[in-house]
Amino acid sequence: MSKIKNAFENKKAFIPFITCGDPDLETTKKIVKAAVDNGADLIELGIPFSDPTAEGPVIQGANLRALKGGVTTDKIFDLVRELRQDITIPMVFMTYANVVYSYGAEKFIKTCNEIGMDGIILPDLPYEEKEEFEDVCEKYDVDLISLIAPTSKNRIAMIAKEAKGFIYVVSSLGVTGMRTEIKTDLKSIVDIIKDNTDVPCAIGFGISTPEQAKKMADISDGAIVGSAIIKIIAEHGKEAAPFVGEYVKSMKDAIR
Amino acid sequence: MTNPNGRFGIHGGQYIPETLMNAVIELEEAYDHYKNDEEFNNELRTLFNEYANRPSRLYYAEKMTKDLGGAKIYLKREDLNHTGAHKINNVLGQALLAKKMGKTRLIAETGAGQHGVATATAAALMGLECVVFMGEEDTKRQALNVYRMKLLGADVVPVTSGTATLKDAVSEAMREWTSRISDTHYCLGSVMGPHPFPTIVRDFQAVISKEIKEQIVEKEGRLPDAVIACVGGGSNAIGSFYHFIEDEGVRLIGCEAAGRGVDTFETAATIATGKLGIFHGMKSYFCQDEYGQIAPVYSISAGLDYPGVGPEHAYLHDINRAEYVPVTDEEAVEAFEYLAKMEGIIPAIESAHAVAHARKIAKTFDKDQIIVITVSGRGDKDCAAIARYRGEDIYE
Repeated sequence: MSKIKNAFENKKAFIPFITCGDPDLETTKKIVKAAVDNGADLIELGIPFSDPTAEGPVIQGANLRALKGGVTTDKIFDLVRELRQDITIPMVFMTYANVVYSYGAEKFIKTCNEIGMDGIILPDLPYEEKEEFEDVCEKYDVDLISLIAPTSKNRIAMIAKEAKGFIYVVSSLGVTGMRTEIKTDLKSIVDIIKDNTDVPCAIGFGISTPEQAKKMADISDGAIVGSAIIKIIAEHGKEAAPFVGEYVKSMKDAIR
Repeated sequence: MTNPNGRFGIHGGQYIPETLMNAVIELEEAYDHYKNDEEFNNELRTLFNEYANRPSRLYYAEKMTKDLGGAKIYLKREDLNHTGAHKINNVLGQALLAKKMGKTRLIAETGAGQHGVATATAAALMGLECVVFMGEEDTKRQALNVYRMKLLGADVVPVTSGTATLKDAVSEAMREWTSRISDTHYCLGSVMGPHPFPTIVRDFQAVISKEIKEQIVEKEGRLPDAVIACVGGGSNAIGSFYHFIEDEGVRLIGCEAAGRGVDTFETAATIATGKLGIFHGMKSYFCQDEYGQIAPVYSISAGLDYPGVGPEHAYLHDINRAEYVPVTDEEAVEAFEYLAKMEGIIPAIESAHAVAHARKIAKTFDKDQIIVITVSGRGDKDCAAIARYRGEDIYE
């Protein structure tokens, strides 16, 4: 049984997304610690990919900056080893299928287990292709996180029934990035999910304000925020940790 | 060749965001229905013949044959199609399918601009909205095609992310599709991307090999010994190969863009330099580094400047049914000039890669053997770029 459920135990989870190595790994370490100190319940660590097709311009920029800085999968594994010396909350990776595939799926997932990563989110690995990594994930007790989108409709039950860890509910059509308004009828999506599984679900894509986070957490089990945090990091660079900490606190307070 | 899950051997599949899954399922269901629909096929045939100028000629290149001193050389003249390339075959098929599905808007990626022009053309013809994504670098290399697309009523969006070339245009078109699915069909231009695209595009391009087969049997009373075509994503090549896959005596040769050479980083020769990976919705071979980061590939040809190859080509390579060879910029430019002077035909710089390889191997064939080269497009669009390559600064 994975540790991910701890993030949702008797509370709404706030889940920040941070791209590893933007602007450098030392800063990422400080940012993650600041997020944890200020109430983050689960950390989503992005392994940068050259061509992140599910990302909007803000996270694309972070991927590019990180790769330019020389970040690699192995260096990110080392970062997690250091983080795990004092961080105990669940952490998951977010990256693209080719990053795992090219490293060797078994070697990648086995390492996740060894260094204390609890799950992995791959936005380009839908239900139909999950068998690509499903067996190794099970073998090494790393949850392969499922995504459900506004267009999933008749697929929601099928995906929910086999979900592990938590379900990432995509709030809106399109790519990641801040939105002024989220129009999808998420309540009815979450209702179908709840009819089919006990695995918690958190909503992400487009959330940036405490009000939005509260609204999303009210109808689900938590809120995921990426682009708004990446924007703070892009603005403050190496000095970003306290600013991210402050932001995480405001978001967590809103959904408490 | 396709199995039910859209696999070609281990290649292919549907590695796309969940947001797009129902869209590709809807597309697959529509295609499975219409591909056997008599009315659809009649409409498409009429468009091919009356609008796109099919069947394209299979031309005996007598001077070239004599000059090379080996096999008889035939040119499959896809350059004579309406809009000047094979791309129109696929686009007419997909636009008609989109219309039957009730879609009102086409989006497309383009490298050299030929697929963008073809999509803009079909959209104009069928009264559909059209948005084309094109790498900013390519909008400069192919400024004339940008103007043509605008003239045809399309919006052209320059893509500045990544290397600002074809792969980034594909990524951006995929992003756009996830944001607007209900009224929009993504008219993918090559035999790549998630299932069912590699199969749909192949089927619409397979008219090339169907015609070659009929034409060569009529002219020579036999099948060719080799069919040669250039490969980026691989749509004109799979179209040229498809009906010959069962004829094992016919060598199938795909010419990849080696750029400045396969031993340099400035290359786009995927099968020569890439490794197995997952990208743009498919498992196939990709140019990438040891951590799976997609390589910034290079070729003088904007249409072949892509770091992957269609999954069916990857499969034909695996089972040794087709050969894939790298051709450098310099060899392609020489072939571009050669065909212009030798036969009075200016090929697209993409197609010139196939011509270049034929020049290398024609002599190794007997005089009674036959090579068919697919001239996938015409080279007007490339003249300014080739002039610059040769140090001549001309205005487009």
